[in-house]
Formats: sequence, structure tokens, C-alpha cells
Amino acid sequence: MSGLSLQLDCAAGEQFRLQLACELPATGITAIYGPSGSGKSTLLDCIAGLRRAAADSEIRFRGEYWQRPRLFVPPWQRRTAYVFQDARLFPHLNVEQNLHYALRRRHRDRGVSLAQVVSWLQLDDLLAQHPASLSAGQAQRVAIARALLSAPELMLLDEPLANLDHAASQQIIGQLQQLNTDLELPMLYVSHDIEEVSQLADQLVLLEQGRLAAQGSLLDLCSRLDTRLSREDQAAAIVVGTTAHHDARFSLTELDVEGQPLLLAGPRLAPGQLRRLRIPARDVSVCRQRPTDSSILNILPVTLSDMLEEGPSRVLLRLALGSQFLLARITRKSAAHLQLQVGDRLYAQIKSAALLMEPVPEDG
Amino acid sequence: MSLSTAELDAIYLTLALAAITTVLLLILGTPLAWWLARQRAQWPALIEAIVAMPLILPPTVLGFYLLLLFAPDTALGRAWEGLTGSQLAFSFSALVIGSVIYSLPFVVQPLQAAFQRVPARLLDTAATLGASPLDQFRSVAAPLCRRSFVTAASLGFAHTVGEFGVVLMIGGNIPGETQVLSIALYDYVESLRFAEAHRLAAGLVVFSLVLLFALYRRDRRDSWRIRA
Repeated sequence: MSGLSLQLDCAAGEQFRLQLACELPATGITAIYGPSGSGKSTLLDCIAGLRRAAADSEIRFRGEYWQRPRLFVPPWQRRTAYVFQDARLFPHLNVEQNLHYALRRRHRDRGVSLAQVVSWLQLDDLLAQHPASLSAGQAQRVAIARALLSAPELMLLDEPLANLDHAASQQIIGQLQQLNTDLELPMLYVSHDIEEVSQLADQLVLLEQGRLAAQGSLLDLCSRLDTRLSREDQAAAIVVGTTAHHDARFSLTELDVEGQPLLLAGPRLAPGQLRRLRIPARDVSVCRQRPTDSSILNILPVTLSDMLEEGPSRVLLRLALGSQFLLARITRKSAAHLQLQVGDRLYAQIKSAALLMEPVPEDG
Repeated sequence: MSLSTAELDAIYLTLALAAITTVLLLILGTPLAWWLARQRAQWPALIEAIVAMPLILPPTVLGFYLLLLFAPDTALGRAWEGLTGSQLAFSFSALVIGSVIYSLPFVVQPLQAAFQRVPARLLDTAATLGASPLDQFRSVAAPLCRRSFVTAASLGFAHTVGEFGVVLMIGGNIPGETQVLSIALYDYVESLRFAEAHRLAAGLVVFSLVLLFALYRRDRRDSWRIRA
């Protein structure tokens, strides 16, 4: 089944214009990432039909046109659900009535039940409450539940975690991942927070000033040198590893990344789980020989696959670790001293690596 | 001191006129107010101005033109007589039509103000959940503006009860047909029957005060509802 095909031209405001053509997958979580004012929300509004793109625009979802010349399917007939930054619960209805609102108007007959959604998002205690009495995190969980109950075929989320504290965000991120897998519900997730994006997204769309800057898998885009992601100060590669054994004596968990061990401080993780790790470029250095007396635990053999000078003093390296990549930001002086050439075999010293998801309890 | 038959007739007539007018005003005024609230163009301001005219025009001006319009020799007058068999001028129906026009701003303006304050983002949200525009109005905007409907209906009702100039011009003073309270009061004063005049006047003062007090007191409670 084909995904979401877009050819958009949409003027929003005096100065701003969104112009892009792309195909997005109708599976998994696709993050739309870019600085504020890059057109992320405008893009979602066009897809939802809340904003009308120019007449020659085309939006097609799973083979069905939502917009093309002389056709504009209104938002209430598109099978999307939209979760906004502000939860936008109806203030005259209590939580349960808000959920029923969506259920009564659901886009298609088969869909999740109220009981399922209430249990997934832990809303039992909130049902009788009014929106005004909910915390931001609770309200957002209700908004997500309401969106799910409308039985959408595509879920649009516009910075749904922006107003939440860290704990509430982490809880909702875990729930969204679970829902995405369990319901096979494709999600477009707008964010300007790379950490959130790294945790959630399978695919990434980078927007800059209303244009498509890059598009691809998260792991690939995060390790490329030619996008704005790598230019950011907190540029980081994402790698995937499998949890192996736990060293209780030093409280370290070993992950297997491309056949190499990577040790992480922290709580015990059940073995055999796939985990995403975020490795900041500034916390990776390289050397030609494997250091033997280093305090750094994680020293992995890599191949220099690409390098990019960043201004007068710094160089960004892309290091191949099996089929995955690391980024390292070093000084130009070091690069010259080591006489680095693409193809060189090096050792990457990783000063820090962080799991992207806090461990979920076993029953979660 | 009990009320005379003529006074009871006048009270009944006044309440019937106000009730019918209010119902018609809600039916006509709601879509008009919703439409005005959702227009971004300039020209609907002209419609707003026309709706607001009864607020500043002397009621006799409106009454004068309506009288000319309702006369038996006009197209409207003839059509009315053809349809109903009775003359439109100096009838209860003429009072209803006049009252609807005269009290229109008292219903449309609070509703329009309330509709304008319904957050567009809530209507958008309803749309993405599958609600058509009519459904959005019915399920989101109307409940949020519930108290404004009460305000609009109360003001429309009260204003119709207090109407004088228009009624005098187009209704005349026919007991049981067009003699409403304000006219009956005028009659008493003309014939120097001040005791009876006091009774009606004081009654109207108390009625208006109680109604407005109830409205304003209610406006000080409840937070989420949209006020007008």
C-alpha cells in the first residue's frame, strides 16, 4: 500500500511559504523536524485539511486524493486524528464525554474500544473529571486517547510534549511507541526537540524555511554530515544495540553493537532487547592505536568514512562501525596531526552514551 | 386591588408577543449571528449596521416605515390579505414582525459576540474528529455559548415587553388585539388614571429589574462558559 504523497504549495502569513514534494511512508513514526518557523505545523495543517494549500497542490493518502486541482476533501472526511501542543479538550465535556465525542464520530467502524484506550493510557481515575482540573500531562493523555478513538488511519502530532515535564514526556513517548506498533497506526510527529525525535522516529523529514532539506531513516540522517543535524552543537549519532549481560559488581550493562561490546552505567536491563543509544559527537574522540590504559571504557574499532571541516578549528568525522555510524567532533589540529584520510582504520573512544528510553518495567 | 380584564388582556398579549418574538428571533438570529461571527470580509459590516439600527433610531421611524409597508395597498399588504384574509396593519401579526425587527440587535449582538469568542482551535479539533460544520456548531459552539443564548433570549424578551413606539405606530390601540402593557399604561396616563398607571409601571420596573439581576448575577459564576 502506498503511503502519503505530497506536493504542496501553501502560503502561510505574509513572509512564509511552504513548498515541498515528497513521499512519506504510511507506517511507523515519521518525525518532521526543523527550527521554529520552518513550516512543520503548516505541513500538518495542510495534511489534516485545516489549511488549504494552493489549488495546484496534491495530497494523496493510500491511493486516495485528499486534495488535487478542483478537489478538496474537508478535514472531517479525512481519516486523520490530530493531537496538538495544547490538548484542546472540549471544556464543556468531562473526560469521558470528550472520549465519546470522538467515538461517536469515528472515521471507520473497526477501531479501538473505549475500554482499551482507557487502560492503555491509564485514564480510569480521570474519566469523571473536567479538563480544567487535569494536569498538562493528563490532558495530553486524554487528547491522545480521544484521537485514537476516532479510529484514524493517520495520526498527526504537533509537539504534543512541549508543555510537559520530563517524566510525563517519557511516559507518553513510551505509550506512543507501543500504540504505533500495536495498532499499526502511522504517525507524523512534529518536533523541534532532537532528543524526542531520536527516541521516537523511524523516519525523519527535515524542514528548513518551508522547504524539504532532507528525508530518510533516522539512523541514516543523524549520521550524515550534510544536514543541519550534524551542524548543531548537540549533534549525535544514534546507534542500535542488543542488551547482553549485566555486570552487577560495577553496575554496568553490556550492549552488543555490531558485534562490539558497549558498556553503559545504570540499571539492569533484561537481555535480548533492541535499544537505541544516542552518542554525542563531542563525546567521541579517535586514535590510531587502541589505548590500553585509558579511563574510557568504550573503545571501538571504526573506519573513517567521511569528514567535514566545520569552520577554522573543528572537523566532524563520520565513523563506520559495521553497518552503523558514529559522529566525532575533533579539532582541525588533531585531524592534521593524525593525518586523517577517508578509509583509515581508527579507534573511537566514546566518553558517554545514553540510552534513549529509560528502561520500561518488564510488564509495561 | 385586583387587575381588570383589560389589564389582564394587556398582560397576556404582551407576554404572548414577547414569547413569539423571542422564539422567532432565536430561530432567525442564531444563523445570522453565526454567519456574522465567521465572516472575515468587510462588507458584512453593512449587515451588522442594519441589524444595529433599531438601537439608535427612534422607534417611531421604524414604526412609520413599517406602517407604510403594511398598508393594505402595498404588495406586502395585499399578499398578506390574500393569504390570511385579514389586514396586516393594526394586527397582532404586524406587532410580531415589528418586534422581531426592533429587538433583533438585542439577540444578534450577544450571540455574535459569544460566537466570535469560540476558539477556532476547538472547532478545528472537532473537524479532525469527524464533525461537519453544522455538527461543530451544535456540539461545540452552541454548548459553549449556552449562557449567551439565555442572555440573548432574555434581552430580546424584555426589550419586546418594553416596546412602545413601534407598537403605537403599527398596532394602534385595539384591546385584546394590539393593546400591550406599555400602550395600556399610556392610555391610563392620558386619561389621568394615575393609580392604575402606577400599577402597570411599577410592575414593569420590577419585572425588568428581576430579570436583569438574575442575568448579571449568573454572569458572575462559572468560568469556562463563554459570556456575552
